[in-house]
Amino acid sequence: MIKIKAQNISKIYDSANGKITALDDFSLEVEDGEFVCLVGPSGCGKSTFLRILAGLEPATSGSINIARSPNSTKPVNNVVFQEYAIFPWKTVINNVAFGLEMRGIGKKQRQEIAMSWLEKVALSKFANYYPSQLSGGMKQRVSIARALANDPEVLLMDEPLGALDAQTRTVLQAELLRIWEKDRKTVVYITHSIEEAILLGDRVIIMTAQPGRLKETFEIDLARPREIELTATAEFAKLSGIIWQALKDEVKQAYDAQMMDKVD
Amino acid sequence: MTKTRLLIIFIIFIALNIFISLLNLWQSIWWLILFVDFVLVVAFAEQVATIIPLKYQKLYQRALAISFPIFVLITWELIVNAGILNPRWFPPPTKIAAALWDLTINYDRFNKTSLFGRPWLAPSVLQSDGWPAVWSLFTESHVLTTLWRVFFGFIIGAIPGILLGIIMGLNKTIRMMLDATMSAVYVLPKIAIFPIMMLIFPNPFGEGPKIAVVAISAFFLVAISTMAGVRDIDPVFLQVAKNFGANRRQTFWHVIVPGALPIIFSGLRLALGTALIVIVAIEFIRAQIGVGYVVFYHWQILATDKMYAGLFVVMVLGILLTFILQAIERWLMPWRK
Repeated sequence: MIKIKAQNISKIYDSANGKITALDDFSLEVEDGEFVCLVGPSGCGKSTFLRILAGLEPATSGSINIARSPNSTKPVNNVVFQEYAIFPWKTVINNVAFGLEMRGIGKKQRQEIAMSWLEKVALSKFANYYPSQLSGGMKQRVSIARALANDPEVLLMDEPLGALDAQTRTVLQAELLRIWEKDRKTVVYITHSIEEAILLGDRVIIMTAQPGRLKETFEIDLARPREIELTATAEFAKLSGIIWQALKDEVKQAYDAQMMDKVD
Repeated sequence: MTKTRLLIIFIIFIALNIFISLLNLWQSIWWLILFVDFVLVVAFAEQVATIIPLKYQKLYQRALAISFPIFVLITWELIVNAGILNPRWFPPPTKIAAALWDLTINYDRFNKTSLFGRPWLAPSVLQSDGWPAVWSLFTESHVLTTLWRVFFGFIIGAIPGILLGIIMGLNKTIRMMLDATMSAVYVLPKIAIFPIMMLIFPNPFGEGPKIAVVAISAFFLVAISTMAGVRDIDPVFLQVAKNFGANRRQTFWHVIVPGALPIIFSGLRLALGTALIVIVAIEFIRAQIGVGYVVFYHWQILATDKMYAGLFVVMVLGILLTFILQAIERWLMPWRK
């Protein structure tokens, strides 16, 4: 069953220097329960695409359709933002319960649901802490728990681990794999990192440098459940070599474009 | 090492002061000697800090903060008693304290006022004359009158200020229309509109114009900082609210209000300070009661000890009000430790 159907999405921004095409005729279909990773160079419009999927920004043209499960009252999507975006004025548990509260779920029930998610991300001890008392990795776990506690049809993740240091990122990748394995939600995951994309994804999609188009799709047939140790295997290294071949021209082009901007 | 330094500083300090006293130079260069003494005390205190164990550092810092004003008061007392400063213009702290006591316990028959309203009379007055007499004890108080004016002016100004600030923060059209005008009025010294208020109110010498000026000065400060607070909210929080299905009312209460609160409060603190300045200035020029009146009246009759006592009360009021606001702040924003 196809869960997400994005057809011919284009996004054109008006700027002082004229029109900028961020996304050009980008289409994507995601199966129910599939974990899709979008990889592309900086400024390729992958975050823009995610924000269009999330309904936070309108597309200039094209259509989005997210299929809902029959008779479901679930929210259509929830986003895990790169910069955590958890409310500093709410305690950890109230942050996790935010979506439930907005949907009018009673206090007792939403606290219970939030608490069970905090246990899953190993933060139950910190339920009554404020975000300022947490580390970056813990904040992002709260952000992930907040999205999952709301139980959306699809989960959209915008470079969720991008701001973390390498070791914390590895720990959270393992945790994400473990949590995702339990209910195999449909996920669109944006990342810079090829390794992260291979480790997490069923499918890795490479986008071109600006304007963002679909360049190539790789099916990742590595067996699940996956573990962090997978990254040390020859099979993994081979895959990441192949994907890097597809990506490197785009990265170079994006980098050169940035240099040109600086020269201008 | 440190101990030798401490000893050296101490010896220099004693020697210098004895030397100056012997030469009878205090009279002519007292300000210079005080400055050098101060530098020596600072040097001494810094050396002491290096030998204080880490767990007592906090205590030591607090001790420094408390002992400094005490030193200032003692020095003041000493140089006035030594005849260096004229006690007529700079009465010694002990005399100011006595004047404060005098103002506290005595009732001014001429003005029908007292400094704190003589609360110790309340029980007996209640028994003999009932509640209206207790109320008149309150209304005779300079301090309570000033507090009442600040409180009402502040509330009347700050609440609409917060509301307009939020509206200006959220609505671009209203912001564009009002921002320039608000900024222009904001720089006007609010005390300057006191005459206008006296023209507007039916009783120009009553409480109306005084409270109105306090309210207006609080209003603009609070409105402008609230607007800044609302505009300052990270847009990603609004996106989260949208993504998690918050409606307008929920977005307002869960994101906009708490997000703007820190800057709203910095505006309220500024407004409170301004309110106190404004009310004291107004009480200088047009009031028969209030702490500003106490200061100015005693200046006019050259009772400088009572004038300083009044200033002291103003200072304590400022500290007290700031304290209350900070307590409210901590209670409303527990996430900011």
